[in-house]
Amino acid sequence: MAFFMQNVINALQWGSFYALIALGYSMVYSILMLFNFTHGDIFMTGAYIGLGVATALLALVAALGWSLPGWLLLVATIIISMFITSLLGVLVERVGYRPLRSAPRASAAITGLMIGIILEYGNLALLGTQRLSFPELIQTTTYSVGSVYFTNKKIFIVVVALLLMVGLHQFIQKSRWGMAMRAMSYDFPIVPLMGVSLNLIAPLTFAIGSALAAAGGILYGMAYPVLDPFMGILLGWKSFVAAILGGRGSILGAALAGFLLGFIEIFTTMVFPSTFRDLIAYSIILLILTFRPYGFFGQAHSTQLRL
Amino acid sequence: MQLRVENLHVSYDQIRALHGVSFSIDAGEIVCIIGANGAGKSTTLRAISRLVPADKGAGLRFEGHDLLAFAPDKVVSVLGISHVPEGRRLFGNLSVLENLQLATFARRDPQGIKRDMERVFSIFPRLLERRTQYAATLSGGEQQMLAVGRAYMTGHRMMLLDEPSMGLAPLMMLSMFEALKEINRDGTTILLVEQNARLALKFAQRGYVIENGRIVLEGSSEALLNDPEVKKAYLGG
Ligand SMILES: Nc1ncnc2c1ncn2[C@@H]1O[C@H](COP(=O)(O)OP(=O)(O)OP(=O)(O)O)[C@@H](O)[C@H]1O
Ligand SMILES: [Mg+2]
Repeated sequence: MAFFMQNVINALQWGSFYALIALGYSMVYSILMLFNFTHGDIFMTGAYIGLGVATALLALVAALGWSLPGWLLLVATIIISMFITSLLGVLVERVGYRPLRSAPRASAAITGLMIGIILEYGNLALLGTQRLSFPELIQTTTYSVGSVYFTNKKIFIVVVALLLMVGLHQFIQKSRWGMAMRAMSYDFPIVPLMGVSLNLIAPLTFAIGSALAAAGGILYGMAYPVLDPFMGILLGWKSFVAAILGGRGSILGAALAGFLLGFIEIFTTMVFPSTFRDLIAYSIILLILTFRPYGFFGQAHSTQLRL
Repeated sequence: MQLRVENLHVSYDQIRALHGVSFSIDAGEIVCIIGANGAGKSTTLRAISRLVPADKGAGLRFEGHDLLAFAPDKVVSVLGISHVPEGRRLFGNLSVLENLQLATFARRDPQGIKRDMERVFSIFPRLLERRTQYAATLSGGEQQMLAVGRAYMTGHRMMLLDEPSMGLAPLMMLSMFEALKEINRDGTTILLVEQNARLALKFAQRGYVIENGRIVLEGSSEALLNDPEVKKAYLGG
Protein backbone atom coordinates (compact mmCIF):
# COMPACT_ATOMS: atom_id res chain seq x y z
CA MET A 1 0.00 0.00 0.00
CA ALA A 2 2.76 2.42 0.92
CA PHE A 3 4.54 1.45 -2.28
CA PHE A 4 1.36 2.15 -4.18
CA MET A 5 0.88 5.59 -2.62
CA GLN A 6 4.51 6.38 -3.30
CA ASN A 7 3.88 5.74 -6.95
CA VAL A 8 0.70 7.80 -6.97
CA ILE A 9 2.78 10.78 -5.89
CA ASN A 10 5.37 10.11 -8.58
CA ALA A 11 2.65 9.71 -11.18
CA LEU A 12 1.09 13.03 -10.18
CA GLN A 13 4.44 14.71 -10.60
CA TRP A 14 5.04 13.25 -14.07
CA GLY A 15 1.46 13.92 -15.01
CA SER A 16 1.96 17.58 -14.11
CA PHE A 17 4.71 17.94 -16.70
CA TYR A 18 2.71 16.19 -19.39
CA ALA A 19 -0.47 18.08 -18.59
CA LEU A 20 1.17 21.52 -18.61
CA ILE A 21 2.73 20.86 -21.99
CA ALA A 22 -0.34 19.16 -23.44
CA LEU A 23 -2.48 22.23 -22.68
CA GLY A 24 -0.43 24.32 -25.10
CA TYR A 25 -0.87 21.80 -27.91
CA SER A 26 -4.56 21.64 -27.23
CA MET A 27 -5.20 25.38 -27.08
CA VAL A 28 -3.42 26.11 -30.33
CA TYR A 29 -5.12 23.19 -32.03
CA SER A 30 -8.54 24.23 -30.88
CA ILE A 31 -8.37 27.73 -32.31
CA LEU A 32 -6.21 27.27 -35.41
CA MET A 33 -6.55 23.53 -36.21
CA LEU A 34 -2.81 23.44 -36.10
CA PHE A 35 -0.45 21.01 -34.41
CA ASN A 36 2.24 23.29 -33.07
CA PHE A 37 5.21 20.94 -33.28
CA THR A 38 7.54 23.61 -31.90
CA HIS A 39 5.89 23.24 -28.54
CA GLY A 40 8.17 20.58 -27.04
CA ASP A 41 11.14 22.78 -27.81
CA ILE A 42 9.41 25.77 -26.31
CA PHE A 43 9.18 23.70 -23.13
CA MET A 44 12.94 23.09 -23.39
CA THR A 45 13.67 26.76 -24.08
CA GLY A 46 11.41 27.71 -21.18
CA ALA A 47 13.45 25.50 -18.86
CA TYR A 48 16.66 27.18 -20.03
CA ILE A 49 15.12 30.63 -19.69
CA GLY A 50 14.12 29.61 -16.16
CA LEU A 51 17.68 28.56 -15.48
CA GLY A 52 18.95 31.92 -16.75
CA VAL A 53 16.41 33.89 -14.74
CA ALA A 54 17.10 31.90 -11.55
CA THR A 55 20.85 32.36 -11.94
CA ALA A 56 20.44 36.09 -12.58
CA LEU A 57 18.12 36.50 -9.60
CA LEU A 58 20.53 34.66 -7.32
CA ALA A 59 23.41 36.86 -8.51
CA LEU A 60 21.33 39.99 -8.08
CA VAL A 61 20.23 39.09 -4.58
CA ALA A 62 23.80 38.21 -3.63
CA ALA A 63 25.11 41.50 -5.07
CA LEU A 64 22.55 43.47 -3.11
CA GLY A 65 23.37 41.55 0.01
CA TRP A 66 19.71 40.65 0.58
CA SER A 67 18.58 37.39 1.99
CA LEU A 68 15.30 36.39 0.43
CA PRO A 69 13.60 33.07 1.07
CA GLY A 70 14.19 30.49 -1.66
CA TRP A 71 10.53 29.94 -2.42
CA LEU A 72 10.12 33.63 -3.21
CA LEU A 73 12.95 33.43 -5.73
CA LEU A 74 11.39 30.31 -7.18
CA VAL A 75 8.01 31.93 -7.63
CA ALA A 76 9.65 35.02 -9.14
CA THR A 77 11.64 32.79 -11.48
CA ILE A 78 8.50 31.03 -12.64
CA ILE A 79 6.58 34.25 -13.25
CA ILE A 80 9.40 36.06 -15.06
CA SER A 81 10.25 33.03 -17.18
CA MET A 82 6.64 32.46 -18.11
CA PHE A 83 6.50 36.02 -19.33
CA ILE A 84 9.71 35.81 -21.37
CA THR A 85 8.75 32.46 -22.87
CA SER A 86 5.33 33.79 -23.80
CA LEU A 87 7.12 36.36 -25.97
CA LEU A 88 8.91 33.48 -27.69
CA GLY A 89 5.51 31.93 -28.37
CA VAL A 90 4.28 35.20 -29.87
CA LEU A 91 7.36 35.33 -32.07
CA VAL A 92 6.85 31.76 -33.28
CA GLU A 93 3.25 32.55 -34.22
CA ARG A 94 4.22 35.77 -35.96
CA VAL A 95 7.20 34.47 -37.91
CA GLY A 96 6.35 30.82 -38.37
CA TYR A 97 2.62 30.38 -38.52
CA ARG A 98 0.87 33.61 -39.43
CA PRO A 99 2.27 33.72 -42.97
CA LEU A 100 0.95 30.17 -43.43
CA ARG A 101 -2.50 30.66 -41.96
CA SER A 102 -4.26 29.77 -45.17
CA ALA A 103 -1.55 27.40 -46.45
CA PRO A 104 -2.06 23.62 -46.28
CA ARG A 105 -1.87 22.37 -42.70
CA ALA A 106 1.09 20.13 -43.56
CA SER A 107 3.23 23.17 -44.44
CA ALA A 108 2.45 24.71 -41.11
CA ALA A 109 3.30 21.45 -39.34
CA ILE A 110 6.75 21.16 -40.91
CA THR A 111 7.38 24.83 -40.18
CA GLY A 112 6.85 23.99 -36.53
CA LEU A 113 9.27 21.08 -36.74
CA MET A 114 11.89 23.30 -38.35
CA ILE A 115 11.58 26.05 -35.76
CA GLY A 116 11.95 23.31 -33.14
CA ILE A 117 15.19 22.13 -34.70
CA ILE A 118 16.40 25.73 -34.84
CA LEU A 119 15.70 26.13 -31.13
CA GLU A 120 17.51 22.88 -30.26
CA TYR A 121 20.61 23.60 -32.29
CA GLY A 122 20.51 27.31 -31.53
CA ASN A 123 20.75 26.32 -27.89
CA LEU A 124 23.61 23.94 -28.66
CA ALA A 125 25.48 26.62 -30.65
CA LEU A 126 24.96 29.20 -27.93
CA LEU A 127 25.68 27.15 -24.82
CA GLY A 128 27.86 24.39 -26.22
CA THR A 129 27.74 20.80 -25.08
CA GLN A 130 28.21 21.60 -21.40
CA ARG A 131 25.41 20.23 -19.27
CA LEU A 132 23.87 23.07 -17.32
CA SER A 133 22.23 22.32 -14.08
CA PHE A 134 19.20 24.06 -12.60
CA PRO A 135 20.16 26.02 -9.46
CA GLU A 136 18.60 24.68 -6.30
CA LEU A 137 16.37 27.49 -5.10
CA ILE A 138 14.70 25.58 -2.31
CA GLN A 139 16.17 22.89 -0.12
CA THR A 140 14.60 19.49 -0.35
CA THR A 141 12.69 18.52 2.75
CA THR A 142 11.29 15.04 3.04
CA TYR A 143 8.09 14.35 4.92
CA SER A 144 6.56 11.04 5.69
CA VAL A 145 3.07 9.85 6.41
CA GLY A 146 3.28 6.33 7.71
CA SER A 147 5.86 4.82 5.41
CA VAL A 148 5.02 7.02 2.40
CA TYR A 149 7.70 9.59 1.71
CA PHE A 150 7.25 12.77 -0.24
CA THR A 151 9.28 15.90 -0.68
CA ASN A 152 8.28 19.55 -0.54
CA LYS A 153 9.38 19.82 -4.17
CA LYS A 154 6.96 17.19 -5.38
CA ILE A 155 4.11 18.87 -3.58
CA PHE A 156 5.15 22.24 -4.96
CA ILE A 157 5.26 20.85 -8.50
CA VAL A 158 1.81 19.29 -8.35
CA VAL A 159 0.22 22.27 -6.58
CA VAL A 160 1.66 24.84 -9.00
CA ALA A 161 0.58 22.74 -11.99
CA LEU A 162 -2.94 22.42 -10.63
CA LEU A 163 -3.16 26.14 -9.82
CA LEU A 164 -2.08 27.05 -13.34
CA MET A 165 -4.70 24.72 -14.80
CA VAL A 166 -7.46 26.17 -12.64
CA GLY A 167 -6.29 29.66 -13.58
CA LEU A 168 -6.37 28.77 -17.27
CA HIS A 169 -9.83 27.33 -16.94
CA GLN A 170 -11.11 30.50 -15.24
CA PHE A 171 -9.48 32.66 -17.88
CA ILE A 172 -11.07 30.74 -20.73
CA GLN A 173 -14.50 30.61 -19.13
CA LYS A 174 -14.69 34.08 -17.60
CA SER A 175 -12.61 36.61 -19.51
CA ARG A 176 -13.55 38.25 -22.79
CA TRP A 177 -10.33 36.97 -24.37
CA GLY A 178 -11.22 33.49 -23.25
CA MET A 179 -14.65 33.95 -24.76
CA ALA A 180 -13.05 34.99 -28.03
CA MET A 181 -10.85 31.87 -27.91
CA ARG A 182 -13.88 29.67 -27.41
CA ALA A 183 -15.61 31.38 -30.30
CA MET A 184 -12.55 30.92 -32.46
CA SER A 185 -12.47 27.24 -31.64
CA TYR A 186 -15.98 26.95 -33.04
CA ASP A 187 -15.82 29.04 -36.19
CA PHE A 188 -12.75 31.08 -36.79
CA PRO A 189 -13.34 32.81 -40.16
CA ILE A 190 -16.36 34.57 -38.67
CA VAL A 191 -14.60 35.90 -35.57
CA PRO A 192 -13.38 39.12 -37.28
CA LEU A 193 -17.04 39.99 -37.94
CA MET A 194 -17.35 40.38 -34.17
CA GLY A 195 -14.74 43.13 -34.28
CA VAL A 196 -12.17 40.71 -32.86
CA SER A 197 -8.78 40.58 -34.53
CA LEU A 198 -7.42 37.09 -35.20
CA ASN A 199 -3.99 38.68 -34.92
CA LEU A 200 -4.73 39.42 -31.30
CA ILE A 201 -6.25 36.09 -30.24
CA ALA A 202 -3.83 33.81 -32.10
CA PRO A 203 -0.66 35.28 -30.51
CA LEU A 204 -2.39 35.40 -27.14
CA THR A 205 -3.07 31.69 -27.38
CA PHE A 206 0.53 30.94 -28.28
CA ALA A 207 1.67 33.18 -25.43
CA ILE A 208 -0.42 31.34 -22.85
CA GLY A 209 0.54 27.90 -24.13
CA SER A 210 4.23 28.84 -24.10
CA ALA A 211 4.01 30.34 -20.62
CA LEU A 212 2.51 27.09 -19.32
CA ALA A 213 5.25 25.10 -21.06
CA ALA A 214 7.86 27.33 -19.40
CA ALA A 215 6.30 26.69 -16.00
CA GLY A 216 6.44 22.99 -16.84
CA GLY A 217 10.10 23.37 -17.80
CA ILE A 218 11.04 25.00 -14.52
CA LEU A 219 9.11 22.46 -12.47
CA TYR A 220 10.86 19.76 -14.46
CA GLY A 221 14.18 21.45 -13.71
CA MET A 222 13.38 21.32 -10.00
CA ALA A 223 12.88 17.57 -10.19
CA TYR A 224 15.56 16.74 -12.77
CA PRO A 225 18.10 19.56 -12.61
CA VAL A 226 20.39 18.60 -15.50
CA LEU A 227 19.05 20.28 -18.63
CA ASP A 228 19.62 19.13 -22.19
CA PRO A 229 18.80 20.87 -25.49
CA PHE A 230 16.94 17.76 -26.63
CA MET A 231 14.89 17.25 -23.49
CA GLY A 232 11.81 18.71 -25.19
CA ILE A 233 11.60 16.11 -27.92
CA LEU A 234 10.41 13.04 -26.05
CA LEU A 235 8.44 15.00 -23.46
CA GLY A 236 6.92 17.05 -26.26
CA TRP A 237 5.82 13.99 -28.22
CA LYS A 238 4.40 12.30 -25.17
CA SER A 239 2.49 15.43 -24.21
CA PHE A 240 1.22 15.63 -27.76
CA VAL A 241 -0.07 12.10 -27.28
CA ALA A 242 -1.82 13.35 -24.14
CA ALA A 243 -3.39 16.23 -26.05
CA ILE A 244 -4.77 13.83 -28.67
CA LEU A 245 -5.84 11.30 -26.06
CA GLY A 246 -7.71 14.03 -24.19
CA GLY A 247 -9.65 14.86 -27.32
CA ARG A 248 -8.34 17.31 -29.87
CA GLY A 249 -8.89 20.83 -28.63
CA SER A 250 -10.24 19.85 -25.23
CA ILE A 251 -8.48 21.69 -22.40
CA LEU A 252 -9.91 19.52 -19.65
CA GLY A 253 -9.15 16.41 -21.67
CA ALA A 254 -5.53 17.44 -22.20
CA ALA A 255 -5.01 17.99 -18.49
CA LEU A 256 -6.62 14.72 -17.48
CA ALA A 257 -4.84 12.74 -20.19
CA GLY A 258 -1.55 14.27 -19.09
CA PHE A 259 -2.07 12.88 -15.62
CA LEU A 260 -3.31 9.58 -17.00
CA LEU A 261 -0.10 9.25 -19.01
CA GLY A 262 1.88 9.87 -15.86
CA PHE A 263 -0.05 7.13 -14.09
CA ILE A 264 0.24 4.60 -16.88
CA GLU A 265 3.98 5.14 -17.18
CA ILE A 266 4.70 4.97 -13.47
CA PHE A 267 2.45 2.00 -12.83
CA THR A 268 3.89 0.10 -15.74
CA THR A 269 7.25 0.24 -13.98
CA MET A 270 5.63 -1.13 -10.84
CA VAL A 271 5.03 -4.36 -12.73
CA PHE A 272 7.62 -4.48 -15.50
CA PRO A 273 11.30 -3.65 -15.71
CA SER A 274 11.83 0.04 -16.41
CA THR A 275 13.25 -0.59 -19.89
CA PHE A 276 9.80 -1.89 -20.81
CA ARG A 277 8.07 1.26 -19.60
CA ASP A 278 7.34 3.17 -22.79
CA LEU A 279 6.85 0.07 -24.87
CA ILE A 280 4.06 -1.12 -22.64
CA ALA A 281 2.65 2.27 -21.62
CA TYR A 282 2.22 3.44 -25.19
CA SER A 283 0.81 0.13 -26.32
CA ILE A 284 -1.87 0.62 -23.69
CA ILE A 285 -2.57 4.12 -25.01
CA LEU A 286 -2.72 2.82 -28.55
CA LEU A 287 -5.31 0.35 -27.37
CA ILE A 288 -7.34 3.11 -25.68
CA LEU A 289 -7.29 5.14 -28.87
CA THR A 290 -8.55 2.17 -30.86
CA PHE A 291 -11.66 2.20 -28.74
CA ARG A 292 -11.93 5.97 -28.44
CA PRO A 293 -10.49 7.36 -31.66
CA TYR A 294 -11.57 10.92 -30.78
CA GLY A 295 -9.98 10.72 -27.34
CA PHE A 296 -11.85 11.30 -24.12
CA PHE A 297 -13.52 14.63 -24.82
CA GLY A 298 -13.18 14.93 -28.59
CA GLN A 299 -15.80 17.27 -29.95
CA ALA A 300 -17.87 16.22 -32.90
CA HIS A 301 -17.65 19.83 -34.02
CA SER A 302 -14.23 20.97 -35.10
CA THR A 303 -13.26 24.46 -36.11
CA GLN A 304 -14.84 25.76 -39.26
CA LEU A 305 -12.03 26.83 -41.55
CA ARG A 306 -13.87 28.20 -44.55
CA LEU A 307 -16.17 31.09 -45.19
CA MET B 1 -23.51 58.50 -50.60
CA GLN B 2 -22.64 56.29 -47.64
CA LEU B 3 -21.21 53.29 -49.46
CA ARG B 4 -19.85 53.22 -52.98
CA VAL B 5 -18.58 50.05 -54.64
CA GLU B 6 -16.85 50.44 -57.97
CA ASN B 7 -15.42 47.92 -60.37
CA LEU B 8 -15.24 45.14 -57.79
CA HIS B 9 -13.55 41.97 -59.02
CA VAL B 10 -13.06 39.06 -56.63
CA SER B 11 -11.42 35.71 -57.34
CA TYR B 12 -11.27 32.52 -55.35
CA ASP B 13 -8.14 30.53 -56.27
CA GLN B 14 -7.86 32.01 -59.78
CA ILE B 15 -11.59 31.62 -60.46
CA ARG B 16 -13.38 34.93 -60.84
CA ALA B 17 -16.58 35.19 -58.86
CA LEU B 18 -17.24 38.91 -59.42
CA HIS B 19 -16.55 40.71 -62.69
CA GLY B 20 -16.66 44.42 -61.97
CA VAL B 21 -19.59 45.01 -59.66
CA SER B 22 -20.57 48.64 -59.01
CA PHE B 23 -23.35 50.11 -56.90
CA SER B 24 -23.93 52.64 -54.18
CA ILE B 25 -26.13 53.19 -51.16
CA ASP B 26 -27.24 56.31 -49.33
CA ALA B 27 -27.40 56.57 -45.57
CA GLY B 28 -30.66 55.24 -44.16
CA GLU B 29 -31.68 53.31 -47.26
CA ILE B 30 -32.79 49.70 -47.53
CA VAL B 31 -31.26 48.20 -50.66
CA CYS B 32 -31.33 44.62 -51.87
CA ILE B 33 -29.25 42.59 -54.27
CA ILE B 34 -31.11 39.66 -55.76
CA GLY B 35 -29.69 36.83 -57.80
CA ALA B 36 -29.61 33.08 -58.28
CA ASN B 37 -27.34 30.52 -56.62
CA GLY B 38 -23.70 31.27 -57.23
CA ALA B 39 -24.37 34.69 -58.74
CA GLY B 40 -21.94 36.34 -56.34
CA LYS B 41 -24.21 37.83 -53.68
CA SER B 42 -22.34 36.52 -50.65
CA THR B 43 -19.01 37.31 -52.28
CA THR B 44 -20.08 40.94 -52.68
CA LEU B 45 -20.87 41.24 -48.97
CA ARG B 46 -17.66 39.46 -47.99
CA ALA B 47 -15.65 41.88 -50.08
CA ILE B 48 -17.25 44.85 -48.29
CA SER B 49 -16.45 43.23 -44.93
CA ARG B 50 -12.92 42.56 -46.25
CA LEU B 51 -13.21 38.83 -45.59
CA VAL B 52 -12.10 38.19 -49.16
CA PRO B 53 -9.58 40.37 -50.95
CA ALA B 54 -10.68 42.50 -53.89
CA ASP B 55 -8.63 42.33 -57.06
CA LYS B 56 -6.63 45.42 -58.04
CA GLY B 57 -8.55 48.35 -59.42
CA ALA B 58 -11.57 48.13 -57.15
CA GLY B 59 -12.88 51.18 -55.34
CA LEU B 60 -14.66 50.66 -52.05
CA ARG B 61 -15.55 53.76 -50.09
CA PHE B 62 -17.60 54.10 -46.91
CA GLU B 63 -18.34 57.54 -45.45
CA GLY B 64 -15.21 58.97 -46.98
CA HIS B 65 -12.94 56.10 -45.88
CA ASP B 66 -11.14 53.75 -48.23
CA LEU B 67 -12.46 50.37 -47.11
CA LEU B 68 -9.48 48.62 -48.67
CA ALA B 69 -7.26 50.15 -46.00
CA PHE B 70 -9.17 48.40 -43.20
CA ALA B 71 -8.68 44.94 -41.71
CA PRO B 72 -11.91 42.93 -41.39
CA ASP B 73 -12.23 43.45 -37.64
CA LYS B 74 -11.72 47.21 -38.09
CA VAL B 75 -14.45 47.42 -40.74
CA VAL B 76 -16.73 46.31 -37.94
CA SER B 77 -15.26 48.04 -34.92
CA VAL B 78 -14.15 51.35 -36.47
CA LEU B 79 -16.60 51.88 -39.33
CA GLY B 80 -19.64 50.20 -37.78
CA ILE B 81 -20.47 47.93 -40.73
CA SER B 82 -21.97 44.77 -39.28
CA HIS B 83 -22.48 41.57 -41.24
CA VAL B 84 -24.98 38.77 -40.70
CA PRO B 85 -23.28 35.95 -42.58
CA GLU B 86 -24.92 33.34 -44.74
CA GLY B 87 -26.09 30.43 -42.61
CA ARG B 88 -25.96 32.60 -39.44
CA ARG B 89 -22.71 31.12 -38.18
CA LEU B 90 -23.49 31.56 -34.50
CA PHE B 91 -21.00 30.37 -31.92
CA GLY B 92 -22.94 27.32 -30.86
CA ASN B 93 -20.65 26.62 -27.90
CA LEU B 94 -21.39 30.04 -26.39
CA SER B 95 -24.60 31.08 -24.67
CA VAL B 96 -26.98 33.59 -26.24
CA LEU B 97 -25.70 36.29 -23.91
CA GLU B 98 -22.06 35.42 -24.63
CA ASN B 99 -22.69 35.65 -28.37
CA LEU B 100 -24.02 39.17 -27.82
CA GLN B 101 -21.19 40.10 -25.45
CA LEU B 102 -18.50 38.83 -27.77
CA ALA B 103 -19.86 41.17 -30.42
CA THR B 104 -18.92 44.10 -28.18
CA PHE B 105 -15.31 42.91 -27.80
CA ALA B 106 -13.77 46.01 -29.37
CA ARG B 107 -16.25 48.52 -28.01
CA ARG B 108 -15.25 50.91 -25.23
CA ASP B 109 -18.61 52.55 -24.56
CA PRO B 110 -20.31 50.72 -21.69
CA GLN B 111 -23.28 53.09 -21.83
CA GLY B 112 -23.81 52.45 -25.52
CA ILE B 113 -23.40 48.70 -25.07
CA LYS B 114 -26.03 48.68 -22.36
CA ARG B 115 -28.43 50.71 -24.48
CA ASP B 116 -27.90 48.48 -27.52
CA MET B 117 -28.32 45.32 -25.46
CA GLU B 118 -31.66 46.62 -24.19
CA ARG B 119 -32.64 47.51 -27.73
CA VAL B 120 -31.85 44.00 -28.96
CA PHE B 121 -33.91 42.47 -26.18
CA SER B 122 -36.80 44.82 -26.88
CA ILE B 123 -36.79 43.90 -30.57
CA PHE B 124 -36.30 40.18 -29.84
CA PRO B 125 -37.77 39.44 -26.38
CA ARG B 126 -37.26 35.75 -27.10
CA LEU B 127 -33.49 36.23 -26.80
CA LEU B 128 -33.89 37.56 -23.29
CA GLU B 129 -35.83 34.47 -22.30
CA ARG B 130 -33.16 32.25 -23.82
CA ARG B 131 -30.10 34.21 -22.76
CA THR B 132 -28.38 31.40 -20.83
CA GLN B 133 -29.03 28.75 -23.46
CA TYR B 134 -26.29 27.58 -25.82
CA ALA B 135 -26.76 29.13 -29.24
CA ALA B 136 -26.53 25.69 -30.86
CA THR B 137 -29.74 24.64 -29.11
CA LEU B 138 -31.88 27.53 -30.39
CA SER B 139 -34.59 26.99 -33.00
CA GLY B 140 -33.91 28.22 -36.52
CA GLY B 141 -35.96 31.36 -36.01
CA GLU B 142 -34.30 32.15 -32.71
CA GLN B 143 -30.92 31.60 -34.30
CA GLN B 144 -31.70 34.18 -36.96
CA MET B 145 -32.79 36.62 -34.24
CA LEU B 146 -29.52 36.09 -32.46
CA ALA B 147 -27.53 36.50 -35.67
CA VAL B 148 -29.18 39.87 -36.28
CA GLY B 149 -28.93 40.87 -32.62
CA ARG B 150 -25.27 39.95 -32.55
CA ALA B 151 -24.57 42.02 -35.66
CA TYR B 152 -26.45 44.94 -34.11
CA MET B 153 -24.21 44.75 -31.04
CA THR B 154 -21.03 45.07 -33.10
CA GLY B 155 -22.15 48.40 -34.48
CA HIS B 156 -24.99 49.71 -36.58
CA ARG B 157 -24.17 52.37 -39.09
CA MET B 158 -24.78 49.79 -41.80
CA MET B 159 -25.91 46.18 -41.63
CA LEU B 160 -25.12 43.64 -44.35
CA LEU B 161 -27.55 40.73 -44.34
CA ASP B 162 -26.90 37.51 -46.24
CA GLU B 163 -30.18 35.67 -46.87
CA PRO B 164 -31.87 36.26 -43.52
CA SER B 165 -35.00 34.49 -44.78
CA MET B 166 -33.20 31.19 -45.35
CA GLY B 167 -34.89 28.31 -43.59
CA LEU B 168 -37.59 30.42 -41.94
CA ALA B 169 -41.31 29.67 -42.00
CA PRO B 170 -43.36 32.39 -43.80
CA LEU B 171 -44.69 33.90 -40.59
CA MET B 172 -41.25 34.01 -38.99
CA MET B 173 -39.89 35.57 -42.18
CA LEU B 174 -42.39 38.41 -41.97
CA SER B 175 -41.67 39.15 -38.34
CA MET B 176 -37.93 39.06 -39.06
CA PHE B 177 -38.37 41.66 -41.78
CA GLU B 178 -40.52 43.76 -39.44
CA ALA B 179 -37.66 43.69 -36.94
CA LEU B 180 -35.20 44.73 -39.64
CA LYS B 181 -37.48 47.66 -40.57
CA GLU B 182 -37.41 48.74 -36.93
CA ILE B 183 -33.61 48.61 -36.89
CA ASN B 184 -33.57 50.64 -40.10
CA ARG B 185 -35.91 53.26 -38.58
CA ASP B 186 -33.34 53.75 -35.79
CA GLY B 187 -30.90 54.87 -38.47
CA THR B 188 -29.14 51.75 -39.70
CA THR B 189 -28.61 51.47 -43.44
CA ILE B 190 -29.45 47.99 -44.68
CA LEU B 191 -27.92 46.09 -47.56
CA LEU B 192 -29.67 42.79 -48.04
CA VAL B 193 -28.91 39.96 -50.43
CA GLU B 194 -31.62 37.43 -51.12
CA GLN B 195 -32.65 34.61 -53.39
CA ASN B 196 -36.21 35.24 -52.31
CA ALA B 197 -36.63 38.16 -54.73
CA ARG B 198 -40.27 38.93 -54.07
CA LEU B 199 -39.75 39.23 -50.33
CA ALA B 200 -36.59 41.30 -50.74
CA LEU B 201 -38.16 43.72 -53.19
CA LYS B 202 -41.21 44.23 -50.98
CA PHE B 203 -38.89 45.11 -48.12
CA ALA B 204 -36.30 47.25 -49.89
CA GLN B 205 -36.69 50.61 -51.58
CA ARG B 206 -34.24 49.83 -54.37
CA GLY B 207 -32.66 46.75 -55.80
CA TYR B 208 -29.91 45.41 -57.99
CA VAL B 209 -29.97 42.17 -59.94
CA ILE B 210 -26.73 40.21 -60.05
CA GLU B 211 -26.02 37.47 -62.59
CA ASN B 212 -22.76 35.57 -62.96
CA GLY B 213 -20.80 38.15 -61.02
CA ARG B 214 -22.22 41.20 -62.85
CA ILE B 215 -24.94 43.69 -61.97
CA VAL B 216 -27.33 43.40 -64.89
CA LEU B 217 -30.24 45.53 -63.75
CA GLU B 218 -31.07 48.13 -61.16
CA GLY B 219 -34.04 50.22 -60.17
CA SER B 220 -36.68 50.98 -57.60
CA SER B 221 -38.30 47.94 -56.07
CA GLU B 222 -41.52 48.75 -57.83
CA ALA B 223 -39.85 48.96 -61.21
CA LEU B 224 -38.06 45.67 -60.66
CA LEU B 225 -41.19 43.91 -59.44
CA ASN B 226 -42.88 44.91 -62.70
CA ASP B 227 -39.93 44.23 -64.96
CA PRO B 228 -40.79 41.37 -67.34
CA GLU B 229 -37.26 39.92 -67.20
CA VAL B 230 -37.23 39.94 -63.42
CA LYS B 231 -40.71 38.49 -63.32
CA LYS B 232 -39.69 35.66 -65.58
CA ALA B 233 -36.37 34.85 -63.95
CA TYR B 234 -36.96 35.55 -60.25
CA LEU B 235 -40.63 35.89 -59.47
CA GLY B 236 -41.90 32.72 -61.06
CA GLY B 237 -43.52 34.23 -64.17
N1 LIG C 1 -14.83 29.96 -50.45
C1 LIG C 1 -14.94 29.80 -51.80
N2 LIG C 1 -13.95 29.18 -52.49
C2 LIG C 1 -14.04 29.03 -53.82
N3 LIG C 1 -15.06 29.47 -54.56
C3 LIG C 1 -16.08 30.09 -53.94
C4 LIG C 1 -16.06 30.29 -52.52
N4 LIG C 1 -17.19 30.94 -52.17
C5 LIG C 1 -17.87 31.14 -53.31
N5 LIG C 1 -17.20 30.64 -54.37
C6 LIG C 1 -17.66 30.68 -55.78
O1 LIG C 1 -17.92 32.02 -56.13
C7 LIG C 1 -19.11 32.15 -56.87
C8 LIG C 1 -20.08 33.10 -56.19
O2 LIG C 1 -20.48 32.54 -54.94
P1 LIG C 1 -21.35 33.27 -53.87
O3 LIG C 1 -21.30 32.48 -52.63
O4 LIG C 1 -20.96 34.69 -53.79
O5 LIG C 1 -22.78 33.16 -54.53
P2 LIG C 1 -24.20 33.54 -53.94
O6 LIG C 1 -24.82 34.47 -54.91
O7 LIG C 1 -24.09 33.99 -52.55
O8 LIG C 1 -24.96 32.15 -54.02
P3 LIG C 1 -26.02 31.49 -53.01
O9 LIG C 1 -27.33 32.13 -53.28
O10 LIG C 1 -26.02 30.06 -53.39
O11 LIG C 1 -25.55 31.73 -51.62
C9 LIG C 1 -19.66 30.73 -57.02
O12 LIG C 1 -19.28 30.26 -58.29
C10 LIG C 1 -18.98 29.96 -55.94
O13 LIG C 1 -18.76 28.62 -56.33
MG1 LIG D 1 -24.66 33.23 -50.78
